Amino acid sequence: MHLEGGSTPRGYLRHQFRKGMLLLGGGLLLGFLFLLALSLGAVSIPPGEVLRTLLGEHVSPRWDMIVLQIRLPHALAAVVAGWALSSAGVVMQSVLRNPLASPFTLGIASAGAFGAAFSVILLGTGVMRSRMADAVQISSPLETTGIAFLFCLLASGIVLLISRMRRASPEAMILAGVALNSLFSAGTMFLQYFATDVQLAAVVFWSFGDVGRAGWRELWIMALVVGVASLFFFRNVWNYNAMDSGDETALGLGVPVARLRMWSLGVASLLTAVVVAFLGVIGFVGLMAPHMTRRILGDDHRFLLPGAAFVGACLLLAADTTARLILAPHVLPVAILTAFLGAPVFLWLLCRRSKKTC
Amino acid sequence: MLTVQNLSFRYGAAPVLSEISLTVERGDIAVVLGPNGAGKTTLLKCLNRILAPASGKVSVEGRPVASMSRSELGRTFAYIPQTQPVTETTVFDAVLLGRRPHIAWRMSRKDVTMTAAILDRMGLADLSLRYLDELSGGERQKVGIARALLQEPKVLLLDEPTSNLDLRNQLEAMETVSRIAREHAMAVVVSMHDLNLALRYGTHFFFLKKGCLVENALQGALTRDMVERVYDVRVEMTMHRGTPVVLPGEPLPN
Repeated sequence: MHLEGGSTPRGYLRHQFRKGMLLLGGGLLLGFLFLLALSLGAVSIPPGEVLRTLLGEHVSPRWDMIVLQIRLPHALAAVVAGWALSSAGVVMQSVLRNPLASPFTLGIASAGAFGAAFSVILLGTGVMRSRMADAVQISSPLETTGIAFLFCLLASGIVLLISRMRRASPEAMILAGVALNSLFSAGTMFLQYFATDVQLAAVVFWSFGDVGRAGWRELWIMALVVGVASLFFFRNVWNYNAMDSGDETALGLGVPVARLRMWSLGVASLLTAVVVAFLGVIGFVGLMAPHMTRRILGDDHRFLLPGAAFVGACLLLAADTTARLILAPHVLPVAILTAFLGAPVFLWLLCRRSKKTC
Repeated sequence: MLTVQNLSFRYGAAPVLSEISLTVERGDIAVVLGPNGAGKTTLLKCLNRILAPASGKVSVEGRPVASMSRSELGRTFAYIPQTQPVTETTVFDAVLLGRRPHIAWRMSRKDVTMTAAILDRMGLADLSLRYLDELSGGERQKVGIARALLQEPKVLLLDEPTSNLDLRNQLEAMETVSRIAREHAMAVVVSMHDLNLALRYGTHFFFLKKGCLVENALQGALTRDMVERVYDVRVEMTMHRGTPVVLPGEPLPN
């Protein structure tokens, strides 16, 4: 076919450029928030000195301690977890064609939490303490994540089966998520019933997701998983775009729809599992960040995926910084704050949908 | 070019298509006709393996479809379903998606310029930055055709492309399709309800009834009897400006 010689319309290039700039802006905002998160806290450190400490200049031993050993892993965990949950949310929304889908609303996060608790309490893959900051110390992170991942996969499998039923509306899927949530919460409660005092306290603390829990080892594992998962997602951006136009159109465009849907849910489950196993359940980020990004950048996954990753990271970082400051010197688990922010957004999404369908 | 041999399909135990055999050549516009529920859409979907046939063989230029990868199917067939969810994407991006079977990671400069060229040719250039939900049904149909062309397929499959269009848009859509079949020597298979539109643009007619291929005729060889038997309706056929026209009478008793 002779289709050469066409020139790219200026308007389209401008359109792409504008979206690229917005992405760049998101990246810059993330950098700014990151610096802010490192400098704010019970002790405020001027951003300039934070930068110099990060670059390896030993400004003061105290700053080294606070910035490099306390705040840096904390902030990095927030970025990685926000990135992970938000990308998982985008992909779940896309492959299930359900705007209300996210690791939390589909019950996948609580399945992972049950798996992790199961592994720590019954299989002894972690050590319990009654200290709030690190109530659970995971001694074998790979096993703990592995078992959390198995339970996340189980929940995703159930979600996938329900989505195949003909009349499963987005709302019905969320109801299934509610059912899974209460099932796995009951499972966790069952474990708590037989736990020792110390274990019980630990599991309760754990059920509020907190980014302060991760050490360097956990951070590396999370970063590796998030890196590989993001590569998989970016490789499939055009496939996700095609699936937005319906399964048949996507198949016609050469997208192996059923296989991609399974793999995508599997990878999203893995992302959820690492975050939940190391940090606990952090709700609504995976729902809020994708929707905020959709409103700014649209539904094109080329921009939506990286954009939502930035927004998710920014959101969790900002929420965590606020959670650290709000009752300073006490540190509030970030999941409490994301739930306060996220629940209204979720309700708003529900209302907007019902207006559309009525 | 496109050959179908003894193709059968079932949903569960219920047979939907049985033993369909047909051939379509380059430049042909093969129209699949028949009453509701005859299996027209199912037949189209079995050709590019959106549905897996129970038995039978489909091949394009001698190459069996069963042995093609999904991507290769996307380069061999372009399929436009009857309805598609309307997404919030620009016309340009929606059409660019047609390059999907040809790429691995990202769209190249060439993919983008090809898109621009096809939008120009289809008269959609002015709409390229509009969103799909702002377009009329006719414009959206054209976007679908533009995307299908960008796939550079050997066979174009269209499922009732005219059913939601007004008279002018029906004619425009079919004019485009027949021009494409001629210019690009593509084989076109299109399912349709409108007999007169079919007679005007089709080169080959296949009549399905209850999952069986009951009649097939070349352009000019279609008779009143065939239509009456397939649809159970009394009809008149006359010629109007060189094209046969079917005028429906009353339903025949079963």
